[in-house]
Amino acid sequence: MSDATLAVSSSGGAPKVSKISEAIIRIAGNSQDGIQAIGGFLARLAGRSEQEVMTFMTIPSTISGGPSIFQVRIGSGEVLSSGDDADVLLAFYQHSYEEHISSLKKGGIALYDSDHVEPKEEWKKDYYHVGIPISSLTVEAIGGTAKDKGKNIYSLGLIAKMFDLNVPKLEKLVTERFTGKDPSIAKNALAAFHAGYSRSVGNLIETFHFVESQKREGQQIVMNGNEALGFGLIAAGVRFGAGYPITPWSDIMELLRRELPKYGGTFVQTEDEIAAISMAIGAGYAGRVAVTGSSGPGISLKTEALGWAVMAEIPLIIVDVQRGGPSTGMPTNIEQSDLNIACFGGHGDSPRVVLAPSTVEDCFYTAIEAVNIARSFNVPVFILSDQAIATRIEAFPEPNLEKVCQDISPDLTTVADHKPYDLSAPNSVTKRVVPGTRIASGKYPIATGLEHDELGHPTGSPKLHMAMSAKRRKKLQALANTLPVPKVYGPPEGNVLLVSWGSTQGPIREAVDRARAAGDSISGLDLRHINPLPNGLENIFSGFHHVLVVETNDEGLYGYGQLAGVLRARFADPKIRGINKTDGLTWKVKEILERVTAKLASNGK
Amino acid sequence: MNEAIAEIPARTGNIVVAPSPAEAERKGLTRKEIVADHPTWCPGCGDFSVLALYFKLIEKRKLWHEKITTIAGIGCSSRFPYFVQAHGAHYIHGRALPFASGVSLSRPDLHVFVFGGDGDAFSIGGNHFNHTARKNIKLTYVVMDNWVYGLTKKQTSPTSPLGFKSKTDQWGAVDYPINPMKQAISAGATFVARTTHTNPNHVLQMMEAAMDHDGFSFVECLSECVEFYEGAFDASNPRKGGAFNLVPPTHDVTDELAAYKLAGEPFPGSFGVFYKVNKPTKNTKEAEINRGMMEKVKGLKDWQILQKSFDRMK
Repeated sequence: MSDATLAVSSSGGAPKVSKISEAIIRIAGNSQDGIQAIGGFLARLAGRSEQEVMTFMTIPSTISGGPSIFQVRIGSGEVLSSGDDADVLLAFYQHSYEEHISSLKKGGIALYDSDHVEPKEEWKKDYYHVGIPISSLTVEAIGGTAKDKGKNIYSLGLIAKMFDLNVPKLEKLVTERFTGKDPSIAKNALAAFHAGYSRSVGNLIETFHFVESQKREGQQIVMNGNEALGFGLIAAGVRFGAGYPITPWSDIMELLRRELPKYGGTFVQTEDEIAAISMAIGAGYAGRVAVTGSSGPGISLKTEALGWAVMAEIPLIIVDVQRGGPSTGMPTNIEQSDLNIACFGGHGDSPRVVLAPSTVEDCFYTAIEAVNIARSFNVPVFILSDQAIATRIEAFPEPNLEKVCQDISPDLTTVADHKPYDLSAPNSVTKRVVPGTRIASGKYPIATGLEHDELGHPTGSPKLHMAMSAKRRKKLQALANTLPVPKVYGPPEGNVLLVSWGSTQGPIREAVDRARAAGDSISGLDLRHINPLPNGLENIFSGFHHVLVVETNDEGLYGYGQLAGVLRARFADPKIRGINKTDGLTWKVKEILERVTAKLASNGK
Repeated sequence: MNEAIAEIPARTGNIVVAPSPAEAERKGLTRKEIVADHPTWCPGCGDFSVLALYFKLIEKRKLWHEKITTIAGIGCSSRFPYFVQAHGAHYIHGRALPFASGVSLSRPDLHVFVFGGDGDAFSIGGNHFNHTARKNIKLTYVVMDNWVYGLTKKQTSPTSPLGFKSKTDQWGAVDYPINPMKQAISAGATFVARTTHTNPNHVLQMMEAAMDHDGFSFVECLSECVEFYEGAFDASNPRKGGAFNLVPPTHDVTDELAAYKLAGEPFPGSFGVFYKVNKPTKNTKEAEINRGMMEKVKGLKDWQILQKSFDRMK
């Protein structure tokens, strides 16, 4: 970590201002304390200040209450992961303090609500302790019946003071957030904020000031991965969707239900997961590119219908916001264990496309790419997101919406003749002719799950089954030929190549940076296209002695995870090995580096 | 068709309906133009008459190939779409209704017809039946009820009467059968009718009435499986000594309790429209929501609407 990161002098002398380039703040409390709101404000402020920001949060799966954390990392340079150890821990309760003190770096600041937290003497030498009666001061500031509601905003004021944050911008954010409700709520929120801000933390510890970040062109927007995916689908022209509530996919479904009507679209909450995918496929058959999605067990329920969409060659988007499995598993924890079901789930040979966005920004663009692949190749496309990307907030350059938004309305112009499963079509991709279209020849197509002839009528012919199986496969092979070869992060040759997919991209890049700075020969490779894989990976792998696939899933029976298994099957290369974990948390940079060292040592090299 | 729904496509440019080539001048389709594959059903199957009457409906009502969509799940009767020369889909077992709902809700310009059997409707797809009915999604669902699984060669179906001997109940069915009419009424279907394949005129009448109903219209059509349940419906066929009783003219079709009572009559019961009420469809309700939401972003292009959302995320 750079020298300019936060470090507290324990001299206890006059308050001073230090320049820092980044800070990691962990806020720990209960889920009803609105700590996500503090994180959200900080993230949004960073976005407006041209700073990089990344957040990490855990929410309990219990219905109400329960411990919850929000970690925000703000930097003047590039921020790739949510950070390892926190510089500041803001603890609302004893359990928050005790459970999270270990995530604080030595010498870091433990800022706690002295109304609820009894600090431990033995920890005082390692961490700089600052106790403030946050609850009672909040009540004092707001008064009335508010109780300690608003202590999150009071704490935001404390943090603003500590980090010399832009007060007018924060005031504006707070006002915006509470506008539209009872005006006294916005007033109280601002009162709490100012009370926190004017509490003289400065007398207790030094304050910090972020060094200027590089000027960017254009504005940044701030959102989480679920929002980026949902809005990406809208930009892509998706106007129909269906889903069933399940964490953490529900956010996307709620967003689409709320937003689509503005665009003349509809999102339907169905009776179950099977109805959801079936309705989306129905709309796809009728000329849309429709979306369904789920998490965990919901994905399993959809696989029979998915097979139909493959067979009938219907475009479809399936969003899978992965969580810990199998079964109900760990609903609010991070895991990347649905790669196999996304690539292979279902009966029979059913080739489909699988994409995995690696950042929040990438969620937006992956949604558009997925829609365009689905409609160009008449195929279901999985978007494999995960809990880590879904809930973390990032700032990224605002997309040029006028340019990226597209209209994908069906074309109902009369055609002379039509074969929905034309075997002579280039790249095996047939142009779709949807209901509502007149076919002059008078021969109309049937979309079907039975093996079929070129018009969609059932056949038991082995020859046709072979030809049609090949057709469905060849489309994906044609797609693979169009995919760009992914870029190696770092030098294209060296000792170790760390391969990632999805949310592990950030920590891996940071691990590569840190290892290279220490003189190690390590590069990174992030795969966004999981099925089909892009061509030319073997050439990249040949430049390295070790190819280590870092995944948040189990190491499996044979010592490597799900993507590593795919890569081994594809390249039959024993130097492809896995680094895996299933603790439900994002990868820390130091954790990756330690595991790499151990892996290399285990090889005797 | 509901005018409100037809507005949506114009707003987003989502559906470009080609100017109809002098719609009025187009002659109705002939039977020859509607017929596709020869049905795979056994000779004497009741499903033949349902198919023939669907053709007759298309002819009589001058429906165009491209304006109707015929959808089915899995089962003997669900082979239906292959035999009709029109856009159609043969979907998976039990899920034809949600699939058809996707078509209906995204394409207000189409007539959506769903055909299926008792297994599809009341066993594997039972829950979809309830929810499509309660959502009142605009489509017509004809269930060809034969009281047996035919495609898989004689297993007990959810409508098989007690004591029916099948390969899965060698000693006779022990599970109480589902009463399709009661099921439909209690699920909230807004059009519920019953007919039988042995009375072609009545089948056509019911199909027409169902098609004209703005909402979820359900028709149970007894359709004999001559292979695995011969004579099941003889008691409803005057030619076999049975009785074909119409719903009494005094019956009030908007009276839910009266309809439920009719549904409880012992076989052969009555035939005709048991229940019919006008309630806004989901199609209309969604269109209303859209109209309200779109009013707020009037004059903006799609990307500008999205821009407004993004402006709040800075």
